[in-house]
Amino acid sequence: MTTAIVNVSLKAGVLDSQGKAVHHALDSLHFDGVSDVRIGKQIVLQLDTDDKTVAMTEVEKMCEEILANTVIEDYKIELI
Amino acid sequence: MKVTILQFPGTNCEYDTQHAFEELGATTEIVWHKSETIPSDTNLLVVAGGFSYGDYLRSGAIAKFSPVMKAVIEYAGKGGKVLGICNGFQVLTEAGLLPGALKRNDGLHFISKHHHLKVENNDNIFLEKLNNGDVVNIPIAHHDGNYFIDEAGLAELEENKQILLRYTDSEGTTQNPNGSVSSIAGVCNKEKTVFGLMPHPERAMESILGSDDGVKMLQGFLAS
Repeated sequence: MTTAIVNVSLKAGVLDSQGKAVHHALDSLHFDGVSDVRIGKQIVLQLDTDDKTVAMTEVEKMCEEILANTVIEDYKIELI
Repeated sequence: MKVTILQFPGTNCEYDTQHAFEELGATTEIVWHKSETIPSDTNLLVVAGGFSYGDYLRSGAIAKFSPVMKAVIEYAGKGGKVLGICNGFQVLTEAGLLPGALKRNDGLHFISKHHHLKVENNDNIFLEKLNNGDVVNIPIAHHDGNYFIDEAGLAELEENKQILLRYTDSEGTTQNPNGSVSSIAGVCNKEKTVFGLMPHPERAMESILGSDDGVKMLQGFLAS
């Protein structure tokens, strides 16, 4: 078994309105010193394989095909 | 003239769309997403608005893998005319049939109101009954209508006259209700056979209900 943790977020340069709104909220709660907030989503997959190379190839394919929209989003994969 | 309208779980504009096209004299058929084929006499395929698959993951992301979408992609590949309205536009961008992507509105609110739009390019069947510069009043109702495309993509859209409509005020001055790049409300593919827009022309069919500006838009498809 391999656990894949996929983090999907908007690409740098694509305005993250939710991140901006949360940044404003943090400001109004006086949490100073926050220079940027980005919001993404985390997708956790349990894979049958123990082979990390196979898992990485498979999850990359999933990201390209459905988990992320690469027009606007980047993804990062972590395998455990 | 046969208009085929797709229905996914969560689609909610299929009957409005059907009513609009039937009022214009077309015959229509609603096709459930599980169908692996679309009627062979289809002249126009409409991906109607709504919230297919509850907008899970991303708007339109799951719908693109429905059985019927293979047939849609094949139909579009042969030059078949396809129109995506609202969620349908999102589905078509997710499926790669139209360039760009639709993000959450910049203001984070769901926007539901009439909005003016300016016709940018009418050298296509969708807008051929209108003139460039015409301002139409069409309802918008979306949460994820913030059109994004990178600079190179935008330049390509401009060059190929793929930008169909921009958000404006009643005088035609550009406005931006949702943060869309270049205030874009609708685009088409390079071949001008696949069309997508966030506003709902099928909801602007009778002046007594606020506007009948959608009539001229949808009529374009019937003339071809």
